[in-house]
Amino acid sequence: MQKRLIVNQQLLDIMVMRLCHQLIENHGDFSDSVILGLQPRGKYVAERIQTTLATILGKQIPTGYLDTTFHRDDFRRRETPLTANATKVDFLIEGKKVILVDDVLYTGRSVRAALDAMIAYGRPANVELLVLIDRLYTRHLPIEATYVGRQVNSLQSQRVLVDWQAQQAPEDAIWLFTKTED
Amino acid sequence: MQELSVRHLLGIKDITPQDIQLIFETADNFKDVLNRPIKKVPSLRDITIANVFFENSTRTRLSFELAEKRLSADVINFSSSSSSVKKGETLLDTVNNILAMKVDMIVMRHSSPGAPHFLSRHINANIVNAGDGTHEHPTQALLDTFSIREKYGEVAGKKVVIIGDILHSRVALSNIFALQKLGAEVMVCGPITLLPKYIKELGVKVELDVRRALEWCDVANVLRIQLERQQMKYFPSLREYTLYYGIDKKMLDSLDKEITLMHPGPINRGVELSSDAADSHHSIILNQVENGVAIRMAVLYLLASKTA
Repeated sequence: MQKRLIVNQQLLDIMVMRLCHQLIENHGDFSDSVILGLQPRGKYVAERIQTTLATILGKQIPTGYLDTTFHRDDFRRRETPLTANATKVDFLIEGKKVILVDDVLYTGRSVRAALDAMIAYGRPANVELLVLIDRLYTRHLPIEATYVGRQVNSLQSQRVLVDWQAQQAPEDAIWLFTKTED
Repeated sequence: MQELSVRHLLGIKDITPQDIQLIFETADNFKDVLNRPIKKVPSLRDITIANVFFENSTRTRLSFELAEKRLSADVINFSSSSSSVKKGETLLDTVNNILAMKVDMIVMRHSSPGAPHFLSRHINANIVNAGDGTHEHPTQALLDTFSIREKYGEVAGKKVVIIGDILHSRVALSNIFALQKLGAEVMVCGPITLLPKYIKELGVKVELDVRRALEWCDVANVLRIQLERQQMKYFPSLREYTLYYGIDKKMLDSLDKEITLMHPGPINRGVELSSDAADSHHSIILNQVENGVAIRMAVLYLLASKTA
C-alpha cells in the first residue's frame, strides 16, 4: 500500500477556514442552521467546522452526529457487517437548514442513507452537503456536494483517508492510498 | 468489524462474552432509535421473519414482533393452538412449510428443551430461541444483563441473586450463563425443592434464606412461580411460599442498602413480589421491558447479517 500526502496540515487549515466563510455567506448568523456530521469520520470534520465557526462568529452552532448504518442499502451484501456508531442529535431539525458534513464524498450511498436517517428528526427546510474531498467520477447516485474542500481524481482501487489529531494522528492531513502489487 | 460467532441464537451457553458485548453495543444504538420521533429503520426490509410459538407468550412475542417491525422486516405469526400441529403435523414439517414461503428467520418458542437446536440441524434459516421448555431463554438473559449494565455501567463484579423457582426456570439458566460470562457473581435462592440437585456444579452460590440473599446482593432477579410447569407440589401453599420467599418494600427498606429489583414478568403480585416492592424505586422491571425490544432488534440485526 503506497500513501501520498495530498493535503497537509497548513492547507487543511486554509481549506476549513474557506469552507466556513462559504457557509457564513449562505447562512449568515446561523439562527436557523444546524450541522450534522456523518459517523464515523464526518463527526471530526463537523467538530472542526463548529470550532472554526465559533472562533469567527463567537457563537456555538448546534452540531450533532448521525449514524447511517441501519439505513444503508448494502446490508447483507457486504463481506463483513458494519458496526453502528452513536447518533447524537439533541435538537429537532424540523424547519431547519441542515448542513450534512462528511470527510470524503465517494459513491454517494452514505449520503443517501444520511438523508433517510435524518428524516427521523423532522423535515428540514433544506439540506446542504459539505465535504473535504470530492472523489470525481465515482458516484453511484446523483448526489453532489454544495461545499467542497478539494476535488480529487482517483481510481476505484485507491482510498482517500483524512487523518485528525483528534483521532491520535500525528497531524491533520489527507492521504491518498494506492494498492501495490506485492 | 466484529460479527457474531454463531448463525443462530439457541442459548447463552453457545455464545462468547464478545458476542454479548457486540449485542449490547448494537442494542445501545437501537435504544437510541427507539427514542427518536420516528422509531423505525429500514435495515431488514428484505427479510421475512416467522414467529413460531408452540407455547403461550405475551411479552416475548410482542417484544419480538415490535423489534421486527421497527427493523422493517416482514412478519408472520404462527401459534400452535390454531394450526395444523393440532392435526398431527411434525415440528419439522410445520417449519419446512413455513420456510417454503421464503422465510429467512425463525423466532421459536417450544415446550420441549432442545427443539430449536434440533431445527438448526435441519434447516438453513437463522433461528432465535424465544424459550425452549425449562432449558434456555437467551434474549431474556441478554435484556436482564443489559439492564444491569445500564444501571451500574458494567456487569462484572456485581452480585446477582436469582430468587424463586430455579428448577423450572429457563430464565434462571440463561441468566446464570450470561452473568458468569460477563464476570458477575451469581447466587440462587429458593426453597430446596425448587433448586436443581446439581445447581452448585454451575459455579453458583446457593442460599435458602431470602433475607441473607438480599443482604449479599446488588441485584435481585425475582422469578415467577410457574404453577403451569409443576406436575407435583413443591411447597405446601402459595401463602407459605410468600411468607418465606415473598419480597415486599418493608423488607427492602429494612436492608439499609440500595438494591435493584428485577423480574422477567409476568409478576404474580402478592406472591413472589408485593405490589409496593414491584412499583418501588428499587424496581427496574419496566426498563427491562423497554430494553427487551432494543436487545431483540440487535439480535435479529446481527443474525440477519449471517446468511447461510
